[in-house]
Amino acid sequence: MSVVSVEKDYDSLSLILVAEFDAPIERVWQLWADPRQLERWWGPPTYPATVEKHDLVAGGEVTYLMTGPGGETSRGWWRVTSVDPPSSLEFADGFANQDGTPNADMPTIAVQMRLTEHDGGTRMELRFSFDSDEHMELLERRGTLDVIPQSVGQIDALLAADMKT
Amino acid sequence: VLTYNRMVVGGLADEDVDRLFHALADGTRRDILDRCIRGEPSVSRLADVYPMSFAAVQKHVAVLERAGLVTKERRGREQLVHTDGDAVGRARRVLDELETAWRGRVERMADLLAQVPKNEPSTGHVR
Repeated sequence: MSVVSVEKDYDSLSLILVAEFDAPIERVWQLWADPRQLERWWGPPTYPATVEKHDLVAGGEVTYLMTGPGGETSRGWWRVTSVDPPSSLEFADGFANQDGTPNADMPTIAVQMRLTEHDGGTRMELRFSFDSDEHMELLERRGTLDVIPQSVGQIDALLAADMKT
Repeated sequence: VLTYNRMVVGGLADEDVDRLFHALADGTRRDILDRCIRGEPSVSRLADVYPMSFAAVQKHVAVLERAGLVTKERRGREQLVHTDGDAVGRARRVLDELETAWRGRVERMADLLAQVPKNEPSTGHVR
């Protein structure tokens, strides 16, 4: 059993996920601290991640590249805000442009990760939140997905009507 | 003169269809709509983009608004223009996607932990 609880707050756009692992805390920490291990779980099998830069210190940066089934790539970065091995890590997780610079058009997620010893294993608590300004932007951007099929549907309907005249 | 079949046009009345066509018939308005789909520009920010007066941009926005394509919302001194949508529904999807992504990550972490580590990590930061 890994994930033990997920709490979502739709108003503040935050999520808390708690997982438990049957492994010592240092071992779990290494999943984050060792770039070769990080890239084995960060991306799904269809989008494996390659970690390029991995500077896990406050103010440091982690950058990665994900490669899709068709060879398409997307880039992301973390900006590390605090690190306390082996028990906590905080960072902002964001998207990057193809040249690796942060993509300001996409929202960033603040991630707080805590590891504690628990029942001979390790408990991992992850808290995610969206910056409030970016949160609004994100919601609008997500609106693209809603609005496009709707407008396309309208245009199709209009064209269909047009054909009948 | 075009006549439209109301039954086909998903319940839109003739005048609604006219407004929609009129709104989409102009390149500037299509561009404004596109910017509103991607973000939430203010009217003054839109006015900076086009070589036309604030009033002219405001008129274009009003045409889009009458066609039901965008909504204006006053926030502080700014008038923000956005496309309609269900914010709660979107928030739900955003968090659901985040949950799905991280459930997958946690699962892969557990799989890795179940494997015997082949060698000690060289770049760890355990002090």
